[in-house]
Parts: sequence; C-alpha cells; structure tokens
Amino acid sequence: MLEIRNLHATAGDKEILRGIDLTVNTGEVHAVMGPNGSGKSTLAQVLAGHPAYVVTEGSVFYEGQDLLDLEPEERAQAGLFLAFQYPVEIPGVSNAYFLRAAYNEIRKARGLEEVDSMDFLDLLEEKLKVVEWGPEIMSRAVNSGFSGGEKKRNEILQMAVLQPRLAILDETDSGLDIDALRIVAAGVNTLRRPDNATIVVTHYQRLLNYIVPDYVHVLSAGRIVRSGGKELALELEARGYEWLEEGVEAAS
Amino acid sequence: MSGTFVQEFEALSTAATTESPDWLEPVRRSAMERFARTGFPPARDEEWRFTPIAPIAQGSWRPAGSTPAEVSRAELAPFMFGHAEWATMVFVNGAYSEGLSAIGELPAGVRIGSLSEALRADGALLERHLTRHAPIEGSPFTALNTAFLREGGLVYVPAGVDLARPVHLVFVTTADAGGTVTHPRNLLVFERGARASIIESYVTLAPGQTYWTNPVTEVAVGAGSWVEHTRIQRESERAYHIGLTQVDQQRDSHYRAFSLAMGGALARHNLHVRLNDENIETLMYGLYLTRGEQLVDNHTAIYHDQPNCRSWEVYKGVLDGRSRGVFNGKVFVKPEAQKTDAKQTNRNVLLGDHARVDTKPQLEIFADDVKCTHGATVGKLDEVALFYARSRGLPAAAAERLLLYAFAAEVVDEVALAPVKIELDRLILERLGGF
Repeated sequence: MLEIRNLHATAGDKEILRGIDLTVNTGEVHAVMGPNGSGKSTLAQVLAGHPAYVVTEGSVFYEGQDLLDLEPEERAQAGLFLAFQYPVEIPGVSNAYFLRAAYNEIRKARGLEEVDSMDFLDLLEEKLKVVEWGPEIMSRAVNSGFSGGEKKRNEILQMAVLQPRLAILDETDSGLDIDALRIVAAGVNTLRRPDNATIVVTHYQRLLNYIVPDYVHVLSAGRIVRSGGKELALELEARGYEWLEEGVEAAS
Repeated sequence: MSGTFVQEFEALSTAATTESPDWLEPVRRSAMERFARTGFPPARDEEWRFTPIAPIAQGSWRPAGSTPAEVSRAELAPFMFGHAEWATMVFVNGAYSEGLSAIGELPAGVRIGSLSEALRADGALLERHLTRHAPIEGSPFTALNTAFLREGGLVYVPAGVDLARPVHLVFVTTADAGGTVTHPRNLLVFERGARASIIESYVTLAPGQTYWTNPVTEVAVGAGSWVEHTRIQRESERAYHIGLTQVDQQRDSHYRAFSLAMGGALARHNLHVRLNDENIETLMYGLYLTRGEQLVDNHTAIYHDQPNCRSWEVYKGVLDGRSRGVFNGKVFVKPEAQKTDAKQTNRNVLLGDHARVDTKPQLEIFADDVKCTHGATVGKLDEVALFYARSRGLPAAAAERLLLYAFAAEVVDEVALAPVKIELDRLILERLGGF
C-alpha cells in the first residue's frame, strides 16, 4: 500500500528526514517511535503534504501512485488521513458543516453523489458512537475552545467519517488522560479493517498497549535505526532511546 | 466647486421653505455657509490622509430628482431579506417611495416615516433631535448634508415600547442616478427603555453607475434602551459613499452596531458614539470585503465621557485585488471616565499581493483607572489552517473560502437579529464565491 524509499525532507535549510525506507501493507499497523526531534512528526506531515516541508530526495508510492505528486486534498481524496498532533481551530464553521464538506469533497472526487445534511446526520449518529460523543459536539465550531482531549477525539471522529485507507496518527496520545486515551484507542481499533492500514506515530509505548502494532520502527536523526515487532516498544519503554542513538553514532 | 452647491442651495431654499419648520432654515443656511467657507477637506487633512476624495471634490454632481424613478417590487426583492411584516421605507435615488414602502400598524406613539413628511407634521419632535447630534463642524460632508437636508427616514420609539418588528431603511439607486448626489438624512430616536432593531441598506440596481451618496444618520439612544443598528453598504463599485452615523447614548443603554461595507469605488463610514452617562454598553462590529480598485474606509470614534462604561469594537477586512482598506479607531477617555473598559480590534486578511490596509488605533486616555486595549493585524490566511482543511479533502480554493468565511463569521455571529445574520452570511458567501 505504501512504499517509502530513501525519503529526505527539509524544513527551511534544515534536513530533518535523512533517508527513510518503510513499507506498509494493507491490514497492518505500524508504530513509528523515537525521541523528540527524531523526525517522526515530520514524516507524518510530509506524507500528508504539509507545505512547510520540501522533499529533496527519495520517493513515496501509495497504492501505485506517486504520492509526492499529489496535492494534500488529492491525498485525502485518495484515502490518506492524518490525525494532527495539534488540530486547528476554525471558529465560525460548525463541526457538522466542516465534516460534511470534507465528506462530500471526497465523495465527489470518487465520482459518488454528495449527501444532503439529513442523510449526513444519520451517518454521523453512527460515527459519534465510535468516540462516545453525543450530537451536541457537531454544532460547535471546529475545535474552537475544545480541550486537548476533545480535539484528539474530534480527529478520530473525522477519521471515522472519512474512512481512510491509510490513517496516520501523529502523537494522538500526547496530552491525553487515561480515559481519553482509552476512547481514542478504542476508536482507532474499531476502524481497523483488513483492507486499510494505520501508522501510529508516538513517543511513548503507552498508546501501544491499546493499539497493538504489527511492526515498530525507531527513528533517530531522520532515519529508521531499528525495526521489530511489538516487543521492541516494550524494550524501548524499559531502556529508553539512548542505546539506539548511540548505535547511530557508532554506525556513522 | 462649492459655488455650484451654493447656487443649488439658494434655488432649493426659495422653492421649499414652506415645507420646513422655521427653526430649520437658519440651521441649513449656516451649514451651507460653513461648507462654502471650508470646501472639501484638503489632501493634507490628517482625517482624510489615506482616503483621496479628489474624485468627489473635483466631480460635478447634480442633485437627484425629487420624484422617485420607476422601480418594481420584483427589482427590489433581492434587497428585502426581512420578513414581510418588517416596517420598510424605500428611497429611490434619494426620494421617498410611498408605493414601495410598507410601514404597517404601529404601536401607540411610534413614528416611522419619511423625514419630508415629518418636517411638515412633526416639527417639534424633530427640533429636539434633528441636527442636534451630528455637528456641522464635524466634517464638511456633514455640513453639506445638513445644508441639503430634505429627505431620509425617521424612526421614533417612545419610552418603554419594544418595537418587535425591525425597521428597514433601503436607499436604492437606479441607472438615473448617474452623476447625481444625494444627501439622505436619517433620524432614529429611542426614548427611555425602548427596544428596536434598525437596518440601513445602501444598494444599487445600477452596478456600473457613478454617483455619490452622502448620508448622515443621527441616533439618540435613551436611558435603558436597547438598539441594534445594522448598516449594509452595497453601492455600485463605481460610486462614492461618504457616510456618518452619529450616536448619543444615555445611562444604562445598549447600542450595538454592525457595519458591512462591500460597495463603492471609494466608500467611507464614520461611526461616532458618545457615551453621555454611566453604565453604558457599546458594541461596534464591522466587516469590509473589497476587490479590484476599491477603497473602503472605516473611521470610528468612541467618546467615553462618563465612568463605568464598556465599549467593544471588532472590525475585520478581507481585501482582494489592488483594493485598499483604511481603519482608524479613536477612543477618547475623559479624566472623569474612570472604570472605562474599552477594547478595539482590527484584523485584516490580504488576498491580493497588491491589496493594502492602513490601520491606525488612536487612543487618548486621560483617566487612570481604566482598561483600554487595542490590536491590529494585517496578514495572509494561516497556512497551517489551510493545510488542515485541505488534508480533509477540501480543494485549495474551497479551503480558502471556508477560512475566509470563518474569519468573517466571527463578527457576523454577533448580529443579534437572525434574519439579518442569515442575509449577511449569504452576502459574504456570495462574494467569496460559495463553498
């Protein structure tokens, strides 16, 4: 589904990704871990097309298409979804309006008929259960005045409605208390299907108790320095990241 | 150039003195004399520094005819967003159209009608207020308006009356308006404890015409009254519009203004509010959407003359093309106006690389125990917010429109009267191209 080869990316004149290789197949959950500044959030944002980053080398193929050739909206229409680490507040536009606009744009791009607001409300009712929310949240402005936990839940709600094929969760666990973490993780698990895939970007192993990955990758200084199964996350929890970072020094 | 105005003034005053109360003629005459003396503001005048009025000053403007041009209800329909039961006064090229207006049944003591009619019948009521709030010394444009004061809307709400039906004053221009000037003069009086919503619209059926509208609206907000005043300026984009809204507020009153400006080649709105007593609340919201070569100027002034009052002001602008915005916000706090709480914000989004805004807060505070803040921003749409919307599947242009709508909605949401809010929403979406 996703083939990342030798990906390099810069922000300003700073190279942040320095040669990432990663393959994700349908049905898989990959965890990308690493210390602060290792480039894991950059990887997530580059995949979604964040304009602040420039890809200088390498390739990304998503379902056979050159992902880097696509605009951010085309990536979304093709089924890619990034749950933001810091979801943006849009005062003045209701959650329901925003989500229906997004849903319809994606349907339009796929040659499907747009849904009207009544039909959309029916669909929403179902999806709100995923994040254990009532309908009140839909009349509030997008993320406006939401708590940190509410913003993350709202990302998962958007994901539930937009039904991506490849979901990338960028530090969705940061700033969540244990209840919110449980709701968010349960939401993600509910949405797992054999024909989609998930990349979970996280600093801590904690989230991986709830969303169990098939593979764990450790990023350090813009490269994947180790890959393994879910037990690697536990090892990181016990030993920290330093032993792997030292490994990089030794190798280079 | 002022000579032409003087000639027209003399011609009018010999023809029309019988239709006006005695006290008014000297007022008009002194206004004319003042304008003849001052002329238009010179280019160096600080108040007009960013607003080049040369096309007005150098233009030759003939008075619009006193009989309204033929306009059908169907033509007016797009501007009548209110409900049928609203009291509506329609002025075509400055002249009152009884046929297009619909006042309806009014509560006892309420007066809604044309100023020309009131000048004949209600001279005593007018004497207390008309020209008493907007001084001719304020600006040459006010002096000129006062000299030619003939027609406009009168709304009088007596003490304790809740005017449940909003009042809509519609000033519409037609193709006949080309090359003309009108001086609409409105008087809105709310006695103690009254409550009302007023909408003042300046619209056109001739979007390509060049004309000049020079309106003055005086507003007396009595003690304990509540007034919402919405102003919609959608003149021809080749027209000139220099308007003044002058408000006097009394104790415990609440006045909220919303001003939308979309029209005019050059359009200026002066909103001046004086807080004459304690415990007054004043809300001033504004939105300007400009494109092409338009220049839209908002000059606001709030006079905190007394203690324990609150004023809250937010003006926002979206500027496209080579258009220009001007914002000047004056806040005067007198030494005795302790515990004043005044906040002013002006935010602008520039869409065009050649669009420009001149924004200037001007706070003059002479009391020491006050809370006064101001802030102004000029910038582009937030890149991360655009990315967020696009990452959810919205094409770049739609994401931009959504964020611009959100930017505007922050002020439009403050409009209390739902049908007005819906109409403002519609106008903004239409201008942004929908999404």
